[in-house]
Amino acid sequence: MGSSIEEDARRGPACGRARLSSLVLSLLAAAAAAQLILAAAEAAQTPAPSQAQRIPIVLARELRSVPPPLSLLDTPPNDDGVAGARLAVNDNNTTGRFLQQEFSLEVVQSADAAELVAEIKKRVEAGVGFVVADVSPQALLALADAIKGRDALIFNAASSDDRLREADCRPNVVHTTPSRAMLADALGQYLVWKRWRRWLMVRGTEPEDDAFAEALRRAATRFGAKIVEERPFKYEVGSRRADGGHEQIQQQIPALTQNAPAYDVLTVADAAGLFGDYLPYRTFDPRPVAGTQGLVPMSWHPALEEWGATQFQNRFRRLAERPMRPLDYDVWVAIRSIGEAATRTKSAAAATLIAHLKSSEFEVAAFKGRKLTYRAWDGQLRQPILVATAKLPVTVSPQPGFLHQFTELDTLGIDKPESNCRAYSP
Amino acid sequence: MRISRTCGSSALLLAAWLLLPAAASAYTVYVTNEKDNTVSIIDSAKLEVVKTVKVGQRPRGVTLSKDHKWLLICTSDDNNVQVYDAQTMEFVKTLRSGQDPELFILHPSGNPLYIANEDDNLVTVVDIEKDTVVAEIPVGVEPEGLGISPDGKLLVATSETTSMAHFIDTASNKIIDNVLVDSRPRVAEFTADGTQVWVSSEIGGTVSVIDPATRKVLAKISFKIPGVSADAIQPIGVRITKDGKRAFVALGPANRIAVIDAATFKVEKYLLVGQRVWQLGFTPDEKLLFTTNGSSNDVSVIDVEKLRVMRSIKVGRYPWGVVVAPF
Repeated sequence: MGSSIEEDARRGPACGRARLSSLVLSLLAAAAAAQLILAAAEAAQTPAPSQAQRIPIVLARELRSVPPPLSLLDTPPNDDGVAGARLAVNDNNTTGRFLQQEFSLEVVQSADAAELVAEIKKRVEAGVGFVVADVSPQALLALADAIKGRDALIFNAASSDDRLREADCRPNVVHTTPSRAMLADALGQYLVWKRWRRWLMVRGTEPEDDAFAEALRRAATRFGAKIVEERPFKYEVGSRRADGGHEQIQQQIPALTQNAPAYDVLTVADAAGLFGDYLPYRTFDPRPVAGTQGLVPMSWHPALEEWGATQFQNRFRRLAERPMRPLDYDVWVAIRSIGEAATRTKSAAAATLIAHLKSSEFEVAAFKGRKLTYRAWDGQLRQPILVATAKLPVTVSPQPGFLHQFTELDTLGIDKPESNCRAYSP
Repeated sequence: MRISRTCGSSALLLAAWLLLPAAASAYTVYVTNEKDNTVSIIDSAKLEVVKTVKVGQRPRGVTLSKDHKWLLICTSDDNNVQVYDAQTMEFVKTLRSGQDPELFILHPSGNPLYIANEDDNLVTVVDIEKDTVVAEIPVGVEPEGLGISPDGKLLVATSETTSMAHFIDTASNKIIDNVLVDSRPRVAEFTADGTQVWVSSEIGGTVSVIDPATRKVLAKISFKIPGVSADAIQPIGVRITKDGKRAFVALGPANRIAVIDAATFKVEKYLLVGQRVWQLGFTPDEKLLFTTNGSSNDVSVIDVEKLRVMRSIKVGRYPWGVVVAPF
């Protein structure tokens, strides 16, 4: 079962053709650890399976074609996100066995967004109340509209696009992955805390690069930094593996960054990771690099050990045999949110759980040192953001001194008074 | 030796001794330093570190055997419990513990030892004389806090991600009930008369007082400190005086100890201590309370009668657990 999903999940040009696969992780398969099975048999109050409240969850994966990353180390694993889902379902079931609740996971994936949406719609019509989405912004909107009016909630675990929280927000979507604005604000606060207030910006030319550049501009304005100059980086996408290359890059990057106004830090907006990792140690002036590469804001880091995270990382590594990535975490938080709502309401009814999730009563502990909650105006998960290098977290935002009337977490991203989300109702 | 010093015949010394409640008795305070792999040993009369001892990796939970001969330490990254001679700090033996032991509690009879294995969702029951695993009790996700009733019949284990206090019958080693509490329960502490068990919820920011007989929540205590964000109030360590009148709760990154009237469950006072305060330990006479302050690498010493912080004492890096011996 495990190997077929991994073959199907392979991304890149090989999966360009439409392909649908699905996998159901049953309770016992998910609870691979022997003691869990033992416990189910032994615990006095464990119900017969038929009496358990069943809570099915679907993970929707759109298999997008992406170019290979600059670094071989950054090749995404085939089960990126899926492993986070499996861990969360295990965690939910460990708790669920005390409450006679049973969670199951089905992974539905396709390279064809329309087909994926149709398959998910079928499942929602059959009674599935929770969809965790690792899909593009367009597919997310199509999915939200396809299941409109149903007792079902979508967790956006993959797209940081602010439009999904703003003009294109949907009442049946919450977002566990941080928005671009949150990420840029988290980084911006740290740079300002460091008194690196003068930012030179190098940005790519893709629409997503523009969006991240815009988030950086917004952060600079909010926190009193200044973008001294912006320089577009036109990058002809070619074969990463063409032999040779460092000689040219070593010439190219100093040329790109020379004759700049005085600056403290080079910020980079390269959402697809096409050139950003070429910048550190190659700039004309010796300056740190931050943004989509270099010092990067993120929801999770595989080396985070604060707030009890060590045990969480260990648990993940035992299950997946690899470190936990941000997508795994964003999916995990989504499914743990469902579990937490089920625990607190002692219900399996999607409508009840969704109402609790969106209420001010809801909170979830997720190894970030404080409770996480969903914003009432756009469904975004409030959370501290890690600012990290590839190897280690450097800091966690919000930074000291960035104050807020209600919670400092709302100094990151779009706050209530600025929100343009009209469709969202808590 | 310490006794002769504190009971010195010099009138001046005696006068000074009478003024200082701390000097009433000299006890030995053991503090585990999670990051340094050491135990700091503090003389409670001098209020200074008299010895630092290298132990196993990532020492966290710490306790004494019933006869006070042994100091037991959860050496989490070694996946065992280390036993030292409490007087000499000579290494005695290791006990099996299951994976990643964090906290443990000894049965009031002195044996067995109940160990929370965070990574395995288990409570491991170990015979400390024979070094054998008596039982493994499956609990919720990330078990941590352990409390045992004074008669030894009921064990309470908290699991952090499951947000439950599991009530376990120690005769059968089976769970008899589960009580849902607020997020991330860290510590369970029985009152000396066994009529209540207090469970702290780190992320939920509350302490639930549970009746162990009915497993009903009698009260839920919350905290409010002017100028401190609600998210930073994270209750962890709980200690209750033997007379059941007063409870002390460590509030983590709020850097404070809440003093609670245990009859009314009202917070009487907040005492400012070091940063990220986690665990607490009374001296046997309950005149002093030691707090481990993880981020400031020190312990604060509280005068329990005056409800005053007397002093902070530098220890190793990331002090975690604390226990005080009656010698």
